[in-house]
Amino acid sequence: MDWVNAVIQGILLGGLYALFATGLSLAFGVLRFVNLAHGDLAILGAYLAFSSISTFDVSVWATFFIVVPIMFAIGYVAQRGLFDFTLGEDPLPSILVSFGLGVVIQNALLVHYSATDRGLSVGSLATESIRVTNDISIGWFPVIILLVAVALLGGMQLFLSFTPLGRAFRAVSDDRDTARLMGINHRNLYGLAMGIAFATVAVAGIFLGSRTTFAPAQGPSQLLFAFEAVVIGGLGSLWGTLLGGIVLGVAQTVGNQVDVDYGWVGGVLLGHLVFLAVLAFRPSGLLGAKS
Amino acid sequence: MTATAGPSTEESGGRFRISRSSPDATAGTWVAVAVVALLAILPFVGGDSTQRTLIGILTYLSLAQMWNLLAGFAGLITIGQQAFVGVGAYTLLVAAERNGVDPFLSIVAAGVVCAVLSAPVALFAFRLRGGYFAIGTWVIAEVFRLIALEIGPLEAGNVQSLTRRNALSGYDIDQLRDLIYWSSLALAAGATLVVVLVLRSRLGLALRAVRDDEAGAKGLGIDVTRTRLIVWMLASGWMGMTGALVHLNSQSINAPDAFSVLLWTALVIFIVVIGGVGSTTGPIIGVIVFWVVSDKLTDWFDLDDPWRFIILGILAALFAVFAPRGIYGWLQSWRPLQFFPVRRRLVGPGLEE
Repeated sequence: MDWVNAVIQGILLGGLYALFATGLSLAFGVLRFVNLAHGDLAILGAYLAFSSISTFDVSVWATFFIVVPIMFAIGYVAQRGLFDFTLGEDPLPSILVSFGLGVVIQNALLVHYSATDRGLSVGSLATESIRVTNDISIGWFPVIILLVAVALLGGMQLFLSFTPLGRAFRAVSDDRDTARLMGINHRNLYGLAMGIAFATVAVAGIFLGSRTTFAPAQGPSQLLFAFEAVVIGGLGSLWGTLLGGIVLGVAQTVGNQVDVDYGWVGGVLLGHLVFLAVLAFRPSGLLGAKS
Repeated sequence: MTATAGPSTEESGGRFRISRSSPDATAGTWVAVAVVALLAILPFVGGDSTQRTLIGILTYLSLAQMWNLLAGFAGLITIGQQAFVGVGAYTLLVAAERNGVDPFLSIVAAGVVCAVLSAPVALFAFRLRGGYFAIGTWVIAEVFRLIALEIGPLEAGNVQSLTRRNALSGYDIDQLRDLIYWSSLALAAGATLVVVLVLRSRLGLALRAVRDDEAGAKGLGIDVTRTRLIVWMLASGWMGMTGALVHLNSQSINAPDAFSVLLWTALVIFIVVIGGVGSTTGPIIGVIVFWVVSDKLTDWFDLDDPWRFIILGILAALFAVFAPRGIYGWLQSWRPLQFFPVRRRLVGPGLEE
């Protein structure tokens, strides 16, 4: 029963990882920009929500309406003012600027908020659950996170497929120069794409902060999990990202269960090992196109 | 193979040739030799605290030269070198503290262990490119840290000390400090020399060809994977030696610090980017900026440790965006000096500047 429970909790955890991975996937898909600050931005989002709650005395749900627009704006400005200058054949400048930014965010959060663990309270929802059997109960809050992840990925898919802006995103992603000849302002589009990526990572960050506690040093591991979800699922496949998140989540909860029963491995390590196995044996990912 | 320069070589009596030296590079080399010689005699003229400061700077220079070799010349932008610093530290612990091997011999052993371990790492990481390679190496470094924690006998969950009874026996304090100092000078100067030698060799040409145009380099018959693997193992081994030396100096080993991405990769990347990525002089300039910020600036303004990451991180991000060749690039655009003889120039009649 423990194992069944571990798998179920893993699937739910996968929803959170898919949420993290969405923005990373979008920024890479549209801009070919690998944002190494992604995890630190999620933690920044969680802290912005934390400050909103203490400043305005609002609920966690209200912070979405404050933090998500702020993060969208930061993303747009960061792209137009900083990242835009690093686009090109050479990946080095974009890696360096986003890595540097991540380290700066992490340490600035450390200076401002200290290393103390913080949490965002969602009240009684945190403990409410559906009781399946005596050993297995499914928390409502993780279910909500998974549903939000599915909705966000589905919405993103619809947006990219059917809206004019989504078409423009795909056009600049496929061939920037031709897209510009067709009258697309690619710089504005890049700003919007990065804004959306930052907005989704803010959503993920607030959910992370409500699900468990968070601290400034947690950013990098969130980046690694998001990245692993993207690679396991397959580059360029949004539903693959959801599947990748779930595979990673299950690997981690099962790994933790192995640790409890046999005192070995642990969740994070097993998650990393599953990622490496996919990289070795199926480098295009579970749902990715064979290259 | 003599007909490399085409028919004009024959007509002008072979006066065209490829040269890697120049007056400024020759002067630069002698300055470098003189500086190393001066630093080498420092322990005889005293200055304990100067030595301790220099050990910190020189070990960072060693790491920076190797990261620059990978990222700046081989196109392998790694964020996972803390793996090898950590493995180097624990190799030192096992060899010197637990098994009575001489600590300085253990440093060499750490280099061998890390070079060997880096080969299977490459097997996974080399499947990824660019930014994904960067994150992939980071994941692998985390795997190293977590596995170290899983290996019971290492006791990596606790802070371990190198004790006078075991690892440090046979050395008195002054002698040990002097030897650590000379070792760090050897690793830093050696790293610089190794990078210069690699760049002057066929391997160096191949590296830059692969970095600039992988498909084109393949077409010219360069074995891309082999070329990358050689420098990857070389740099990983060197980072392992440096990691062992750093921990011999601190005399204590703590897994979160030994495998720290901030200490062994972020700071190193900032050093290289500020100084000038893709040049052998860049890391030397960068390490001076690093010292000013982390030793002096934080001292003057009484700043906490996170501030040096913030200051250096902002500087590095701005350099990466607005001056991708770093401070060295600025100096180059002001006056194109070549400090180390690594650049190939065509020399011949009518080509003198």
